[in-house]
Order: sequence, then structure tokens, then C-alpha cells
Amino acid sequence: MSITINGGTVELPDDPRMSLLDFLRERLDLTGTKKGCNQGACGACTVLADGERILSCLALAVQYDGRCITTIEGLASKGELHPLQQAFIEHDGFQCGYCTPGQICSAIAMVNELRRGVPSHVTGNLLAGNIALDRDELCERMSGNLCRCGAYNGIVDAILDTFKSLDSEEAS
Amino acid sequence: MSLRDKIQQGVMAAAMSAAQKVIAVAPDEWLPGGRPDPLIHQKHGLVGAQIPRIDGPQKVMGAARFAAEVPLEGMLYAALVYSTIAKGRLAALDTSAAECAPGVVLVMTHRNSPRLKSLPPFTVDMRSAAQDDVPVLQNDRIYWNGQPIALVLAETQEQADHAKSLLRPSYMEEHAVTRLAEAKAAGVETGSMMGMRFNDEINDAEKMLAASPVKVDEFYSTPRHNHNALELHAVTVIWNGNSLTVHDTTQKIAHTAWSLAHAFGLKTKQVRVLSPYVGGGFGGKGLWQHQLLAAAAARLAGRPVRLVLSREGVYRIIGGRTTTEQRVAIGAQRDGRFDAIIHEGVAAMTPNNNMPEPFIMGTRSRYAARAFRLGVGTVHLDMMANTFMRGPGEAAGTFALECAVDELAMRLGMDPIALRLLNEPQKDPINGLPFSLREVEKIFRDGAERFGWNRRNPVPAQRREGEWLVGMGVASGTYPHNRMPGGAARLTVTREGHATVEFAGQEMGMGTATVHAQITAERLGLPMTHVAVAYGDSLLPGKVMAVGSAQTASFGAAIAATHKKLVKELISLAGNDSPLAGLSPDEVGGLDGGLAKLDEPARHESYASILTRARRVEVSAQASAPLPLESMHWSMHSHSAMFCEVKVNTVTGEIRVSRILGAFDCGRILNAKTAASQFRGGIIMGLGMALMEESKFDERNGRIMNANLSDYHVPVHMDVPEIDVMWTDTPDPHAPMGAHGVGEIGITGTVAAVANAIYNATGKRVRDLPITPDKLLSVLPLSHSAG
Repeated sequence: MSITINGGTVELPDDPRMSLLDFLRERLDLTGTKKGCNQGACGACTVLADGERILSCLALAVQYDGRCITTIEGLASKGELHPLQQAFIEHDGFQCGYCTPGQICSAIAMVNELRRGVPSHVTGNLLAGNIALDRDELCERMSGNLCRCGAYNGIVDAILDTFKSLDSEEAS
Repeated sequence: MSLRDKIQQGVMAAAMSAAQKVIAVAPDEWLPGGRPDPLIHQKHGLVGAQIPRIDGPQKVMGAARFAAEVPLEGMLYAALVYSTIAKGRLAALDTSAAECAPGVVLVMTHRNSPRLKSLPPFTVDMRSAAQDDVPVLQNDRIYWNGQPIALVLAETQEQADHAKSLLRPSYMEEHAVTRLAEAKAAGVETGSMMGMRFNDEINDAEKMLAASPVKVDEFYSTPRHNHNALELHAVTVIWNGNSLTVHDTTQKIAHTAWSLAHAFGLKTKQVRVLSPYVGGGFGGKGLWQHQLLAAAAARLAGRPVRLVLSREGVYRIIGGRTTTEQRVAIGAQRDGRFDAIIHEGVAAMTPNNNMPEPFIMGTRSRYAARAFRLGVGTVHLDMMANTFMRGPGEAAGTFALECAVDELAMRLGMDPIALRLLNEPQKDPINGLPFSLREVEKIFRDGAERFGWNRRNPVPAQRREGEWLVGMGVASGTYPHNRMPGGAARLTVTREGHATVEFAGQEMGMGTATVHAQITAERLGLPMTHVAVAYGDSLLPGKVMAVGSAQTASFGAAIAATHKKLVKELISLAGNDSPLAGLSPDEVGGLDGGLAKLDEPARHESYASILTRARRVEVSAQASAPLPLESMHWSMHSHSAMFCEVKVNTVTGEIRVSRILGAFDCGRILNAKTAASQFRGGIIMGLGMALMEESKFDERNGRIMNANLSDYHVPVHMDVPEIDVMWTDTPDPHAPMGAHGVGEIGITGTVAAVANAIYNATGKRVRDLPITPDKLLSVLPLSHSAG
């Protein structure tokens, strides 16, 4: 049984009780993924499983046999920050920085959900193939990621700034 | 609080009062801040600039290591077992099954715990970081529902968590006081803390109120709150002989080191507390039982230990903001001038701590009136010790006061801003001191214009948009400018023109490292890239907690004093061949990688040149800040004008905050980017307090019922609109850097602004927080007609 994490393959733990979150933090020393509640209420432990956002505290590591996990440590490439990481710094999208890895991973998958036309509570046209990234859609879809310092405005600006410019690059 | 503690509080209060009288009349120049900080005059440099956080890359990459993220060989994991009764004795606790469980190394109870010396609460002894004086696993007594009664150590967290489920405690229960009414019936005492007694009387306020032609006299109540920093409380501890290293997440680094040393009978320097990153604090990240328990267990087991509280554990053993019941009465003349202000009530605390939630603090300096009666009464409950939480006193107090002012404005038929400005005091209404800075009128006028206050309909429940009622509210917030004693720092400049500033400061997201890098670079005349900041380590100079919005002023004053000493040393090293020869440190400042005469910048010599000639690789200085006596000579406060627009659904009672603006009078802003985030963060916590936050306390058994982030609601992305903030940027001439703290002012005033907007929208006045939809449904129509 093995799992791919940030491109590298590792053996899964023997103890089936071990959450994916504890596996990352305590066995692999990938402490960028954070534990804020350990019960699926805060979003700090969000990672990407084959590109989809999951709460790693509610996932048993052994359930992810054969899957590809990307954590915050896997987003930068060749020493370059992911554009969203850079935008978080520019827009001051954090204070203490504890919810930040979860916010960033969550936002990356959230934008893909919009592009695939997955609707949310605030979506007007449920049949739209590609849902526009606006403030309401973003806030609704990111509401599972708590920030107690209250950096929400900066987080929203960072996400809008990053993905609007990426989308316009793709369009041109 | 013991009788000894009470006597100590009384002596402190008397000494403070005597000192205040002398300092109040001393000449300005004798006092710290009597001569403005030279940095105030530097307007176009690093101070005030929008500089991104220097630790930003570490945080966005997940590379910043928090307390539970330090890897150690041979480390054990801990799990805590909590009492399920509020008062009594632990009758039996069979540990055999847990001890036999796989991976278990130790089950620690009061029977085998090392003996620890008891600690004084920090509001009683300024060296301590402890919250209460309850013994930590030293006997079978239970003081509150949720108290730790055992700790399990195992090779993995899973094993520790399983083993803890095998412990079956039984209790001998005693009567616990868990109902506020019962506690009040047992007697109310006047609150006092750290030399302050929360009781002010000027003239006969009740008599004047009775005679006033227009008045408001109402009760307001606020519930318990939990800080809910997103990072769980966590500690990683290692013993090396009699030396203890503690990786903690704390706002009280130096005080935690003193406390652990005291409890274990060590010298302070034998304990090293490291806390470079703190995942949110808000008053909650101090010394609680878990650090002592982890260190005790590590000592018994002879191995390093990591203890991370569960989210439930945070509610069980970390105190929060307590509940208050407040009466606010204001009597006014028909023109709106205040005759009398009464603000009194009770705050719950425990027999073992001393934190009388000082909800009158903001009222003391806010309005002029002919008579005052202000008082905080305390009652004792058998519960988790309450503590400071963002805007302690003011957050709850300004809700009551500023709603009452709004209610009075309605009765007078006056605009609530006009009523506030009419009652602006010329000097501090309680202690008579002059204000060091006060631009309340400016923030209200500028804020009103930017917010479009003139579009508000003063008659409630008039503005409708479909099924929504729309309203606007305003309130003022206030928070004192504090500077703590104990500030010290070390400053080193090298021949290459690089500098290091070192102090035992804490970073919970306020931007500590960034702001002090800016200030130090500006003082030295170096680029920020040439300044390194060392903090988060109890071995560094200074003993200042990050509390009371005071850290930047406290260490900032220490760095200023250190800088002056360093300049003196550099001038002496420069000698008679330097353009600086014959100048005093007061005439010289940092400029372009060296020192220059302030009013004659051509008289300049670089650090490289001075140190090379002196054959020195570097020069270093360490100094302490003067005692913070300035706040006994001037009345020093920050102010806010908070404007809010809400929409209330006439069908469901749902409340949405659609717009909010904060205008701030906080002295000079040191970093426009991080300060704006502090303001917004405070405002958002205020929105939570207004609309959703409450630690639900079961009065039958003293247990918190919603001990998780699913049932304790905090604001999420969808609850928060774009928040507009603005500030005067006028320096306080008597504060270091001209700046006031900005961490707590944002939450004060916000709650009342929301409540007043809800009243304007609906015509319904809710005086009990949080303002949830059920409290509005009784007055809202269940159906609506469009238009």
C-alpha cells in the first residue's frame, strides 16, 4: 500500500486509525498542513487529493492508497512560489499564517470546481458550463476555511487577483 | 483570590494612586514621552509604508514551524482526561487498563505527578503568566467542569487517545455554584486588578439622573466567548538534566519561563521558552495547565513530550471572556448635554483567579458629564477561570454604553453623531488629565462623509429592499494606549552595515517582526534588507507580554533607548577625526548607512568608516525602556468611529452586514498594510460578537455545551463584507514612534454599531448578545408585501 505525496511515493502507515493529516504531520514531517479542529469544522487541514480539496483530518491515510496528494509544500515549483502564494503576501491574506496553507489549497481546487460548472448555493444559472469567479461565489465556496485573525478581505482579493489574471492570460 | 492577594491588590492600588497624584503634576519633560520621539518627524521613509510581512514567504509555503511542529527523536504524545463534574473530589481512578494498552508509557494522575509549587495569577504577581492559583494535578480536588484529572503518554497520538478512553473516573460531587443568580445572591464584590479599582463616583449620579428631563436606563448582557485561535494550544517539551526547553505557542514568553522555573524549583535561565510563531492569540495563548502537565510528564517519563489540546480541550482548560450584566443609565438636558452617566453591573469570575472584566474602562474617558457612577462588581462561579480576550472590558462595555447613547439620541430626536460630539470632554472626565491625542470629531466627520451617513433615515424600519429591511448604525470605540514595564532590547551594527535587533517579543500575526525591522532600519538609516530581527525566545532581552495592544510601544521604547545608547557608543568610537566629533547623541540620527547630524546631514560618517577606524567588527548595545509613567501624566487613548449597514430579512430574521467602515484615531500608523489587517481582524471579531459568538454554559453543571467549531460560530468568508478602514495618522507626541497599539480598538464599538444598525433597520432593540434571528422574529412580519 502506497501513496504519492507531492510527487514522491511513500508507504502507508500500519495503524489504520491514523488520519491522513497526522500521517503528513507526524510521520512525514510535512507540517505545512495544519490541525485546527481535527473534526472537519475549520478547513486548516485542506489538501488536494488528485486535484480535489479534502479535509485530511477526516480522511484515514489508508483510504488514500494509490492516490496522489498535494500539500502546501508541493505548490511552489523550482523555488518559485505559486502565483496564489505570492498574491497572499501582496494582499496580506493572513496574519498568524495558521489557516493559510488550507486557504490556499482550498482556493486552488475551488477555482477548478467553478471551471467545471459545479454549482453552489449562490449560483444563479445552474446550467452554466463555467461559473464566473465573483466575490459571492468565492465567499460561499471558501466558507469552510475559517480565519480567526480575520484576513478574509485580503484572502478574497488574493484569489480574485490571481485567478482573474490567469483566466485572462488563458483567454488571450 | 486569597486574603493575602486581596491585601496585595489593596497595597498596589494605594501605591498606584499616590504615584499617579505625583506624576500627574510633574513637568512634561521629566516623563517618558515628554520629548517627542525623533522618528515622528520622519515622514517619507519606512515608517508607515505598506510593507509586506517579512515572514510571509515562510507562512505561505507552510515552512513556518509552530509549537507542535518541532521534530524530536524519541518523543511521546500526550492526551488529557477532563473532569465531568464542576466541584468535588476524584473518588477513584483505575488506571490499570490504560497502563496495559498498546504503546502506553505513562499514566499520570495526582498520585504520581511531580510536586509543583503553586503559581500566583499574573494579575496578582507581575512576573507570573498563570491565570489562576489552582494546583495542577497535585491533589484529588475538582475546581471546574473540564479540569484535567489525568494525562496519558504513549508512542503515538492514536495510542494515547485510545488509552485515555479506558480511564473511568468516579467522583464525590459537592455543591457547585454554576448559576449566575446564585452567585449574585452570595454577594457582589468591587473588582480590582493590577492596582486599579473599578469604582468611580463623581457627584451624586443617581440624583442627577432622577432630575434629568431626558434619560435612558437599561440593562445589557453579554455571554462568554472563546478566543478560538485557529492553532490549537500545543507544547513540545524536552528536559536535559535540570534544563527545560519548551516550544510553546504563547503571548507571554518571558513570563512563561519564570512560571515554569518557579513551579519546578529552577532558576529562570534554566528554562528556555521558544515561540517564534503563534497561530493566533487574542488573549488566550498564555500559561494554562497543559504546559505544566507536559513538562511534569516529560520529567517522569524521561523523554520529550508533545501535548496538543483537542479543540474540545481548548474549551475545557483555556478560559475565555466572561459573561457580564450591565446597567447603563444616562441623564441629559433637552439640548443633549449629559448630566449623569451610570455604568455598573457584574462580571463572573472564579474563587481562584482575578480578572474582573472591566467593562467600565471605555466609559471612563469617553464622554463629559456632571456626575458619574461607574463600577464593576464580581461574583464567583465554579467554572474555568475567565481571562482577557481582545478588547477586554471595552468590547463588552462599549456595546452597552454606545447602544444606550443611540437609545438616548432617539429619545432626544437628535442625530447620534451630533449627540456624541456635543458631549466630547475637554480633559479626562474621571482623572482630570489632559488628553495626549484626541481627534474624535475628525474621525466622526470624515467617517460619516465616506460612509454616506446623510443617507440614513433616522426613523427606524422605513427602508425596504424586497423582503429585506435595511438600516444604518454608528458607534464609537475606545481603547487605552498602554506601554508595559520590562521592555529591553539589544542592537548590533556590523562593519558591513548590517544590523540585528533582538528582543523577547511575540508574533501572533500582528506583524511584530516586520514592524520592528522597519522601525529599526529607519532609526539606523539602513535598508530593511540589512536588518535582521530576533524574537520569540525567552533568552533574549525584555519581559513584555503581547497584551493590551502594548507590545509595539513597549519594545519600540526599548529599541529607542537602545539606539540612543548605541549612537553614544558610536560617537565615542568615531573620535575626534570624525565629522560627528563633539556632537551629543540627541543631535545625531541614522542616515544613509551611518550617522549624521539631524539638522546638518552633511556631517555624516558611515558605520563602515567608524568601525573600520576603530578596528571593530561590530558594535552592540543593550538597554531598557523607562518605566511607562506617561500614562499617569496624560490620558492616552485610541478612538474609533464605526459605521455599519445591515439588512434584516423580514421572513427569517437573518441579519447580513452589508457595509462597514472603521475610522480610527490611533496615532501614527507604522505599517499601513499590517495595521489595516489588525483593524479589519478586530472588526470581524466584533461582527462575531454581535451576531453569533457564545460559549454556551450549562448552568446546571457548569459545562460548556458547544465545545467545538461547528456549534460555536465564528464569522466565515460569507459573513464578512469588504471592510473599509481609514485613519488620521496624527502622531501622539508622547508615545514611542507617535503610535498607538492597533490590535484591539477594532473590536470595540463594532458590536454597538451593528446593534444600532439593526435597530435602525427593524425598530427592535436587542440588548442581549449575540443578536440572533430568533430575537428579532417576534417583531418581524412573517410575510411581506413587496414595496
